[in-house]
Amino acid sequence: MNEKTITHCRFQITLVLVLAFLSGFIIMAIELLGGRILAPYFGSSIFVWGSIITVFMLSLSIGYLCGGKLSLLKPDLRLYGSFFVGAAILLLPLVFAGNEIMEAVFLRIEDPRYGSLVVSMLLFFLPTAIMGMIAPYSVRLLVISTDGSGHVAGKLYFISTLGSALGTLATSFYLVLWFEVNQILITMCMALLYAGFVAIMTGIRNMQSQTINLNDNAK
Amino acid sequence: MITIDGHKFRRRQSVWCYLKTEVLIVLAIALIIFAKDLLAQSGIRYIHQERSLYRNILVTEDSQRRCLRFTITSRSGQNQSCRYLDKPVELVFPYAKMTLSSLLVQSNPQRILIVGLGGGTLSDTYSQLFPEAEIVISEIDDAVVRVAQEYFGFQETEKISVDVGDARVFIKRAGLRGEKYDLVILDAFNGEYIPEHLMTVEFLEEVKRLLPDDGMVVANTFSTSRLYAAESNTYREVFGEIYNLRMSGTGNRVIIASIQSLPDTDLLESRAQAFRELLEPFGMDVTEYPRVMSKEVSWDTSERILTDQYSPANLLNN
Repeated sequence: MNEKTITHCRFQITLVLVLAFLSGFIIMAIELLGGRILAPYFGSSIFVWGSIITVFMLSLSIGYLCGGKLSLLKPDLRLYGSFFVGAAILLLPLVFAGNEIMEAVFLRIEDPRYGSLVVSMLLFFLPTAIMGMIAPYSVRLLVISTDGSGHVAGKLYFISTLGSALGTLATSFYLVLWFEVNQILITMCMALLYAGFVAIMTGIRNMQSQTINLNDNAK
Repeated sequence: MITIDGHKFRRRQSVWCYLKTEVLIVLAIALIIFAKDLLAQSGIRYIHQERSLYRNILVTEDSQRRCLRFTITSRSGQNQSCRYLDKPVELVFPYAKMTLSSLLVQSNPQRILIVGLGGGTLSDTYSQLFPEAEIVISEIDDAVVRVAQEYFGFQETEKISVDVGDARVFIKRAGLRGEKYDLVILDAFNGEYIPEHLMTVEFLEEVKRLLPDDGMVVANTFSTSRLYAAESNTYREVFGEIYNLRMSGTGNRVIIASIQSLPDTDLLESRAQAFRELLEPFGMDVTEYPRVMSKEVSWDTSERILTDQYSPANLLNN
C-alpha cells in the first residue's frame, strides 16, 4: 500500500463517519418535523406520535435488514452514495405533495389513528427505510477484520446516534423557530444529495486508482 | 481499613459536636420557612389528582372556591377554571368575563362551538344565558371531561355535547360537513403547552369556514412575549380588524374577530346598557367593557405570521 492509498483510506473513513452522522441527524429531524406536518390533518394527540414513531421504527428495521443484505456484495462507495441520493429523492413527495396526500387520506379515513398511521407509511416509510440501509452498510465499508468489527460498529452507532441527538435538539430548539418546515426539509434533501455525490465520486476515484494499481503491478 | 473507618467515624462525630448549634439553627430556619409555606398553602385541599394522557389534573378547594389545575407548581395563572362555592354562577376569572363581553358584538348565538372544556364554566354560562342554544365542546382529553362532570357539575344534555378529540380535526371535518356556528370560542391556550396547530392562518381559515355571515370567533390567549404580536398579526391576516381585550391583573387577553366589520364604540355602549342586567349575576358590569375593546394595533406588526409551515408558538412564548 503506498502513501497515497493510505491518505485515501483515511479520507474514506472520515467520509463514512461524517455521512453516518448526517443520516442520523436527518432521520430524527424528519421524525420530529413529522409531528408538525401531520398535526393540521390529524391533530397532535398521542396516537399521532404513536403512528410516526411506529413507522420510523418499522422502516428503519427493514432498512437495516436490506442494508445488511446488500453489504454481502463487494463493498462499494458508489452504492453507498446512491442510498443518500435515493433518500433525497424519496423525500420530495413529502415536500411537494404532502398536503395533497394527507388530504386524500383524511377524506377516506375517519379515524385519526389509522389516518395518521397510513399517512406516516405513505410519507415516511420509503425515505426512512433507505436511510436505515446506511448504518449496516457503513459498518461493512469500515470493517477490516473480524476482531475489530465490534469496535467499528460501536463507533458508527456512537456517531450516528450522536447525530440523531443533535438533529432532534437543533430542530426542536432552533430550526423551527427560524425556518419553515419545507425550508428545513429541502435543505436536508440538498445535504443528502451532496453527501451522496461526494460518496459516489470517491467511489469512482477508488475504482480508477485500483485499476492504476493493477496496471502498476502488471508491469 | 477498620481503624481508618473508625477514625472517620470519630471525626464525623466530632464534626457534629462542633457544628451542632449551627446545624440546629439552619434546621430551625428551614422549618420556619417550610411552615410558612404550609400556612400559605393551608386551607387549600387537594380533592382530586390524576395523570391523564396529556397532563396532570388537579382539583383544589379552599374556603371560597374550587379550582381545576393542570400544573402542580404554584405559579400565577396556574388555575384553569374556578367556581365560587357559595355563588357558582359568578365568573371568577377576568378572561371569562372578557369572553362573555363578546355578546356586545354578536348578541344572540344559537350554535356555539367551544374548544377546550376546562371546568365547563363557559359552556354552563352560555347555556344559562341561552337555554335554547346548541353547544358543542371539543376537548382532547377525556379525563378533563370526567373531572368536569364529577367535580364541577358539568353535564352533557340534549343541547350540550362533547366531542373528545383534537379540535383541528373536529373543525376540519365540521367544515367539510358544512356545519355552521354563530360563535366559536377558542379556549385551549391557557395550559403549559400551547397546541401550535390551533394558532395558524390555515387553522383560522378553517374556523372562518364554520362562521355564518354574522358569525364571530373569540379566543382566549396570551398578552405577553413575542407570541402576543405573532398571534395578533395572524388573526388580522385572516379576519382583518380585531378587538383586542386586555385588562390589568391578568396575563390573558381576549381576541374578538368577526366576519362582518366590528361595531363602533357607540353601538357597543348602547348594547352594554341593554345587557347590563342580564350579565349582572355572572359578577360583571358589562358597561365597563366597551372601553376595554380596542381595535388599536398595539404590537409589533413585523413579527412573522404563524402558519402550518411556521408555528413555533411555544418557543415564541418563552
